Amino acid sequence: MTTIPALDITELRKTYANGVEALKGVSLTVQPGDFFALLGPNGAGKSTLIGILSSLVNATSGDARIFGVSIRERRSEAMALIGLVPQEINLNQFEKPFDICVNQAGFYGIPRALAAERAEKYLKELQLWDKAQHQARTLSGGMKRRLMIARAMMSEPKLLVLDEPTAGVDIEIRRSMWKFVSGINAAGTTVILTTHYLEEAEQLCRNIAIIDHGRIIENTSMKSLLSKLDVETFVLDLAATPSALPDVPGVRLSMADAVTLEAEMSRDHDLNSLFGALSRAGIMVRSMRNKANRLEELFVRLVENGKAA
Amino acid sequence: MNAQGRLVAFNTIARREVMRILRIWTQTLLPSAITMTLYFVIFGRMVGSRIGDIEPGIGYIDYIVPGLIMMAVITNSYGNISSSFFGAKFQRFIEEMLASPTPPWVILSGYVAGAVLRGLIVAIIVLAISLFFTRIHLYHPFVTLTTILLTAIVFSLAGFVNAIFAKKFDDIALVPTFVLTPLTYLGGVFYSVNALGSPWKEISYANPILYMVNAFRYGLLGTSDMPLGWAYAVMLGFAIVLTALALYLIDRGIGLRS
Repeated sequence: MTTIPALDITELRKTYANGVEALKGVSLTVQPGDFFALLGPNGAGKSTLIGILSSLVNATSGDARIFGVSIRERRSEAMALIGLVPQEINLNQFEKPFDICVNQAGFYGIPRALAAERAEKYLKELQLWDKAQHQARTLSGGMKRRLMIARAMMSEPKLLVLDEPTAGVDIEIRRSMWKFVSGINAAGTTVILTTHYLEEAEQLCRNIAIIDHGRIIENTSMKSLLSKLDVETFVLDLAATPSALPDVPGVRLSMADAVTLEAEMSRDHDLNSLFGALSRAGIMVRSMRNKANRLEELFVRLVENGKAA
Repeated sequence: MNAQGRLVAFNTIARREVMRILRIWTQTLLPSAITMTLYFVIFGRMVGSRIGDIEPGIGYIDYIVPGLIMMAVITNSYGNISSSFFGAKFQRFIEEMLASPTPPWVILSGYVAGAVLRGLIVAIIVLAISLFFTRIHLYHPFVTLTTILLTAIVFSLAGFVNAIFAKKFDDIALVPTFVLTPLTYLGGVFYSVNALGSPWKEISYANPILYMVNAFRYGLLGTSDMPLGWAYAVMLGFAIVLTALALYLIDRGIGLRS
């Protein structure tokens, strides 16, 4: 028995009225239950793609099917299956969170009594219940972002699309948001995430697509993508400024500042030779960490390669 | 979305509109009450008492009551939907509806219901104020009710179309200022079109508000400058054309989707 994909995009193209070609034939499949990362630099076409999926942007050609339902042919049915947390805050600032959630459910034909139950449930889960009767404009940025997640959950969609939901949100709130989203994913909701915090995507997502200049330049599993990374960079905090750096075969050393040394080496290179050379040169290392998350390095390389090509 | 779901969606939009009207009642309900009271005092009492009867048994203040009620209905139904829908566009929470399964005609009817309701509430307020100045005898209840409803629907739809095309708040203020107000003042609110000479009388026939005001006046006072059939044809014609236009615009996403 074949499984119907949660999302099946075929040759999607979008050219805006000003001539900008935002999508140049995007095809993509996301399986049910997946936690899928859609990454790309600014202006790559992510938000256009998400806009088309949520019917806020009209596609020039191509189609997308949400659990087999075409957004072009059966828009209303397709929209009933998808929930959107947009990048820009788009709340009615004069409405209260409780009313925003209940009204959102109303747009999906959910009776008011059931909507009120769900509003209470999701506002509590996202730690917004104490703000339920305050006007949205009085909420902080992080609260507004959580409210948009609660609002999107009112229809309990089978596919939840999160477009940079943690932009400008502090670490504590971000973690609580991911805990919530991971929970609903574990309960069966397919999640598509775009984010500029790539360590989030690395930790949360099982599969990934990278879009650049309106084209998918990579589409694979997170595990498979990360395995492509053959070098990594370590950051070493030094006790003092070294007079000279030793020559270590297979390792490229550079000073980031007076007391911070960066060492780039292949993944299978041992660290013993590096520390031995540093020790012989009288350089004392106080601490060490990875320079950046691995996905970020791959992302930069793929996008750079795309530009070069 | 099934029929019950569509009804829930309609109720949600209409309810939200009503809550907005009540929440900002000093902007939505009070201004018309004050303005119309001034009209009754100045034009009805002070000026009207010197003018005398417009028609046998119909004093000037009686004559202007239907027109002033219609003026309030027109400006309020138009203003409600244009500001509310454009506000939703401006703050982008219109996306809640556009990205939902709610069909375009349900979105339109929900907003129109809210605007018509505001028009009717203001009409009742103005009618109640007029009772302090004169006595109203309802001659034709059916004509009165259908005229006020159709007028409110027509101008709600016009306000909706205006809001769809509007890109800034100025764009929703232009039409009421430069189109609606002149047409209303020249639509026989304060005078009988028969008092005009040629060609102003013939030019006035092109003003749809003239037909609406006169039909409503016929309902309240039993007198009209225009044939009732023409008035209904104008109102129904505008309602049908504007409904089709509004639905086309939402369906195609013009002014709403990229």
